[in-house]
Amino acid sequence: MSWSWAFALEILPALLDGLIVTVKVTLISSVFALVVGLSFAIAKASRVTWVRHPVLLATEGIRRTPLLVQLYFLFYVLPDFGVLLSPLTAGIIGLGLHYATYTSEVFRAGIESVPVGQWEAATATNLSPYHTWTHIILPQALPPMIPALGNYVIAMFKETPILSAITILDLMGEALAQANFNYRYLEPITLVALGFLIVSLCSAAIIKILEARLRLENG
Amino acid sequence: MTSSSSYSGLEEASSKPHLCGAAKRGSAAVPHHSNPDRPETPIIEFREVGKSYGTFTILDKLSFSVRPGEHLALIGPSGSGKTTILRLLMTLETVTAGEILIDGRSLNREERSGKIVQASEAHLRRMRAEIGMVFQHFNLFPHKTVLENVTLAPVLTSRLSKEEAKNRAFELLDKVGLTNKADEYPARLSGGQKQRVAIARALALQPKILLLDEITSALDPELVEEVLSVITDLRNETNMTMLLVTHEMSFAKDFADRVLFFEQGKIIEDGPPAKIFQEPDHERTRSFLRKVIAAGQRV
Ligand SMILES: Nc1ncnc2c1ncn2[C@@H]1O[C@H](COP(=O)(O)OP(=O)(O)OP(=O)(O)O)[C@@H](O)[C@H]1O
Ligand SMILES: [Mg+2]
Repeated sequence: MSWSWAFALEILPALLDGLIVTVKVTLISSVFALVVGLSFAIAKASRVTWVRHPVLLATEGIRRTPLLVQLYFLFYVLPDFGVLLSPLTAGIIGLGLHYATYTSEVFRAGIESVPVGQWEAATATNLSPYHTWTHIILPQALPPMIPALGNYVIAMFKETPILSAITILDLMGEALAQANFNYRYLEPITLVALGFLIVSLCSAAIIKILEARLRLENG
Repeated sequence: MTSSSSYSGLEEASSKPHLCGAAKRGSAAVPHHSNPDRPETPIIEFREVGKSYGTFTILDKLSFSVRPGEHLALIGPSGSGKTTILRLLMTLETVTAGEILIDGRSLNREERSGKIVQASEAHLRRMRAEIGMVFQHFNLFPHKTVLENVTLAPVLTSRLSKEEAKNRAFELLDKVGLTNKADEYPARLSGGQKQRVAIARALALQPKILLLDEITSALDPELVEEVLSVITDLRNETNMTMLLVTHEMSFAKDFADRVLFFEQGKIIEDGPPAKIFQEPDHERTRSFLRKVIAAGQRV
């Protein structure tokens, strides 16, 4: 079998549609994973046991089971209990929640890397817990975390093909649809690989720039 | 337990004297209650305070009180509990027994629906408003400029507008001789400069009580003097109550009008510096001072 430019060009629009879905899902899931992950991390740092323990249990549970199983659960099992989620919603929640357990570990490590003297100075200057987080702890903890968090965003991006299992027409989903329809895998799958490669390289570069800028701003 | 009047003093707390401005030389221990019939309320009172970590007891039934405006030096061998006392006052640690009163109000307990319970975070925050602390290792906020370090808390705790906070910060930076460093980040300062910023930061909240924990022991010897002279000025020009933990006996002697000598969490000796340093009652105090002198300090 030899490479057909004509076929590649023909399926390109569909694949680009898929790529847009993939990027959209990645971005929304990333925001979800970052916000929820940070909340998890703050809850895990809480002195209140009934806040800390349930969150620890939930994050361990999610992190130690496969994403695919969780997606099936959200999309195929929950309807039995009357909860109907669209494929996209289920995908975003599943991917976001799964990676929130990873990002929460990054946040936790970053928060712990802020010297205890900073907490004590915040207390001694009578800052509220909220202001202590927003003005003292997070501004110091976040910049060093950017590379690790960025890597998780790229990892999420690379994991989106799994979402075709719950009928989302992302880049992989579109490619598979085209391949199955035309009985040709070479072009669709090669283009999928290329698409992922290009976007991954670009995002890695963006993360580098972001990190450099944040370091500069924080002196 | 304290009478219910202990909990009613929130308002009068704000009538505190100004720290900057007119010099009030030699105004130590000015009583702030004008009623002569009422005995003066101690600004700090430890009532049988206990502190332990697990089975390891650091303080056991420690009781003492401090009059408003007193300048206290806490001295004693390493591990005797001096830092712990300051950290309990700053609520960085919680007592495991007994009670601490600040200006007659309980620090570690509060009254809620007729019951005396452990102090809540809200209660602690109200009480902390009276107290400032300067740390051995400065603990400046490294991501904030010198000016921001000093203005941050007054603005965030809504005590001052941005403009007022800035004005006060410049007054205080002037006092500690650092107006020219206002826009620098802490990383660019010497240790002595950092510690002077930390002092300005603590003063920006106008505390009634200032806690100083070995504030020069992390400094190069040639930088000690600039920090001590700021403290001496503060001592002479304000009527803040000051608690100084130090290993510098000659400074303790100049600074304090009362010295507490601690050993293993107990007050062994309590009196004016002339007495403690020249004719202490206890052999243990004498042997501590001998060791200090042997280590090269002038007493
Ligand atoms: N978090 C902690 N856990 C267990 N023990 C502690 C803790 N903090 C302090 N201690 C112990 O409490 C005792 C008193 O400590 P503290 O720091 O109050 O002494 P200090 O008089 O300030 O000593 P130094 O002059 O060395 O600063 C020491 O034996 C110390 O090891
Ligand atoms: Mg100490």
